[in-house]
Amino acid sequence: MAIEVIKPGLATTVQDAGRVGYYNIGIPLSGALDQYSFRAANLLVGNDENAAVLECALLGPELRFLDDAIIAVAGSTMTPKLDSVTAATNEAIAVRAGTVVSFDFMRTGARAYVAVAGGIDVPMVLGSRSTYGLGAFGGFMGRKLAVGDVLQVGAAPAGARAGRRLPAALAMPLPKEVELRVMPGLYYHRITDASAARFFEDTWTVAPEADRIGYRYRNGRPLEFRPRQPPFGAGSDPSNIVDAGYPYGSIQVPGGVEPIILHRDAVSGGGYAMIGTVISADMDKIAQMQPNYKARFVKVDLEQALAARRDRKEQVAGMRAALR
Amino acid sequence: MTIGTARYTPGGDEHIFVELSEEMSLEAFFKGMAITTALAQQQVPGVTEICPANASYQVRFDPDITHPDAMLAILKQVEAEVGDAGLELDTRIVEIPVLFDDPWTNETQLRFRERHQDPTSTDLQYAARVNGYASVADFVAAYSGSPWFVSMVGFVAGLPFMFQMVERARQIEVPKYLRPRTDTPKLTIGHGGCFNAIYSVRGAGGYQMFGITPAPIFDPAQGLPYLKDFMAFFRPGDIVKFESIDRAAYDAALERVAAGTFDLRIRPVKFSLKQFLADPAAYNRSLLEVLHGN
Repeated sequence: MAIEVIKPGLATTVQDAGRVGYYNIGIPLSGALDQYSFRAANLLVGNDENAAVLECALLGPELRFLDDAIIAVAGSTMTPKLDSVTAATNEAIAVRAGTVVSFDFMRTGARAYVAVAGGIDVPMVLGSRSTYGLGAFGGFMGRKLAVGDVLQVGAAPAGARAGRRLPAALAMPLPKEVELRVMPGLYYHRITDASAARFFEDTWTVAPEADRIGYRYRNGRPLEFRPRQPPFGAGSDPSNIVDAGYPYGSIQVPGGVEPIILHRDAVSGGGYAMIGTVISADMDKIAQMQPNYKARFVKVDLEQALAARRDRKEQVAGMRAALR
Repeated sequence: MTIGTARYTPGGDEHIFVELSEEMSLEAFFKGMAITTALAQQQVPGVTEICPANASYQVRFDPDITHPDAMLAILKQVEAEVGDAGLELDTRIVEIPVLFDDPWTNETQLRFRERHQDPTSTDLQYAARVNGYASVADFVAAYSGSPWFVSMVGFVAGLPFMFQMVERARQIEVPKYLRPRTDTPKLTIGHGGCFNAIYSVRGAGGYQMFGITPAPIFDPAQGLPYLKDFMAFFRPGDIVKFESIDRAAYDAALERVAAGTFDLRIRPVKFSLKQFLADPAAYNRSLLEVLHGN
């Protein structure tokens, strides 16, 4: 079973649940940025929910299926077309051998997940099939897809069948204005109280520099750092620290100007002060933000973050139950 | 020198970040190594990443398995137990050949000169001057004369940050570029603040560029003997000695890299922070004897 890439789309990569345990030497988690939709796509086609899928950012690919297949598209609104006949999203669909699958423009959201029954079959590297672009390994030859690539697909599971559908209420919400809950911490004390207040008051816009490494935001008021004598080794800019590890979801503001939220292909460390961290329950939301979508940052404490995490787990459990 | 009490702070619901010292020091780095080593041995349920850095460390964990309050208590307990116990380290010393003042980083410098503090000098000339060296040759001699500690690995895969093993007054410090470059050759020897870095992959960067090594340090294909165990060579705690080589030696090394026969000089060594601090110059000489002995 194989798939030929006719057009690769803007940034289509093979991703799974991610690569755990190597962040200490700079190899990040990687994996699908919107883990919820990734899991839904897999369950729709009867796969193990951690099977490798195609993550398509903003502009989808064009694929020729060389064999019969069951596929599903979840996440952003990116309608599939089978030889130019429109098909459904959030539903398992049968694709006949020889069919060309293309996609309409993404209407809302930023990342669609295309699961194929059997999973995309690329080698496991350090425990994951996910692509890590900066390191040029994992996924399909360590890079995003290109014209002429031929992807192998594993054997379809016994439970693969067309027609399985994700109820609309259980699909990933795709709002153009998003609230991202943030736990202050890390080097939060380095910004002034007035700046901290403004950070949570302002509405921020996703900048064009928004990718798997990090999401940059603009149009909020600049942040001011408290004056200080630079500690030895930190560097002279007030936003500098002695280079340290960056948590996933942490927010750094180089020069105080544009906040950057690190996502699953994060650079693992550096010398810019982080002022807080987006809670784990909200990381999938970032994955679905297009440039010019708007975000407000909402301050929460640990108890609220853990409650949101429990809610998120229940949503995932509900989605699983609906697709069994 | 003491480094005071650690500062514990959350990185969302899945991380705890621990700043051991606001400023860089070997003491802070050693404390971090000792704590993260002891923590790894405890195998705390739910912990997925333990990342030592220069003067801090972070832990990523599943808060559904170990509650963040319990995690915090464990980390503080480890800090208390480690005390001064972590002042010795079983590690290795590695010789890294470097072609200083090479054509590739020099060409890259010219493309980004408007982002530099001193567009009329090379990065090496500028660094030699602001650190009080009479010539580039003197600066290179100082740079490659004493060993360096790998105090963090990261930013991108396998990139080592190194801290020079000399008294603070003698440590080389250089500002980063005014604005980061969009390009840095792979295997560039860079320096920013008090840290050296070897760029493991080609890409953006803000460190001053002094030279280039022929030795690959990150390779997913794992073609060379010293990369067989893992695709990234460096670990926090490694000790590095730079060896200044000429163009002929660089080209010869590249040929061995291509043939898959290139190897690094690597020797196991036990490092004692107390002995080092008592007499850094003498201790460094003993380290180099280990490196060059059989």
